[in-house]
Amino acid sequence: MILADFPSAYTNALIGGCLIGLASLLAMVLTGKIPGISGIFAKVLKPVSGDFAWRVVFLIGLVVTAGLFIFLREPAPPFEIPGGRKAWLFGIAGLLVGVGTRIGGGCTSGHGVCGTAAGARDSIVATLVFMAAAAATVFAWNTLFAS
Amino acid sequence: MKSNVSRLFFLFVAGGLFGAGLVISEMTNPARVLAFLDFAGDWDPTLAFVMAGAVAVFATGLLILKRKLPERTADFSAEPISKSLIIGSAMFGIGWGLGGLCPGPAIANLGTFAKEVLIFVPAMAVGMLIARTWKTRD
Repeated sequence: MILADFPSAYTNALIGGCLIGLASLLAMVLTGKIPGISGIFAKVLKPVSGDFAWRVVFLIGLVVTAGLFIFLREPAPPFEIPGGRKAWLFGIAGLLVGVGTRIGGGCTSGHGVCGTAAGARDSIVATLVFMAAAAATVFAWNTLFAS
Repeated sequence: MKSNVSRLFFLFVAGGLFGAGLVISEMTNPARVLAFLDFAGDWDPTLAFVMAGAVAVFATGLLILKRKLPERTADFSAEPISKSLIIGSAMFGIGWGLGGLCPGPAIANLGTFAKEVLIFVPAMAVGMLIARTWKTRD
């Protein structure tokens, strides 16, 4: 699988990553805030006046643009759920991601991209912790349930 | 007023670039993300390339613009390496590893109308609201 994807998947990954970095930089310059997706989304749920519209607009841009790819690209961007993961599992996963990103103060974008790029120690530690926890979870899942 | 409209327009563009980046790099595919996290199996390094590209561009941008990372917002992760940073990140990682979705790709995938996403995103919102009541108590 890895070799079959070479080099296009990695080139696309680099290009996509650069776009994510650029988008984050643009949002940071325009707002003066660390533009992590979990934080942007969380503060839409409990709005503070004067700090709300940009979050909604950013998220609409995100959903609409990704949606254009989903609806218009042929073939559609792949969306696959492997390993017998039932739909209800995504309720538990979502709860953990919601609680965890708030308590931990960030997700893959805020800690993983922005904080890490700035060399912030807390973000680097957070990134190592969530990567390790995610890898351990995948290992456990594959060991216990995968066919 | 006009400047506020153009600011919002560029934030729409920023969100769009972010969404395009996620789809182009295929980070909206849970199977791809889970294959990266599967170090014991048929490891797929794609996510590392995405992170490398994003971190490189953001870090370069900070240097060119001579800017530091903005201050953390007061409500969460105020202190550097706290217990909540570790516990929260571990919880996030477990949720990420269960479904292969983190907040950006989950939201970007709303347009798929896949049931997994339509369950995940509201559950994530509930989780964030729960965390908020919990955290504001101390």
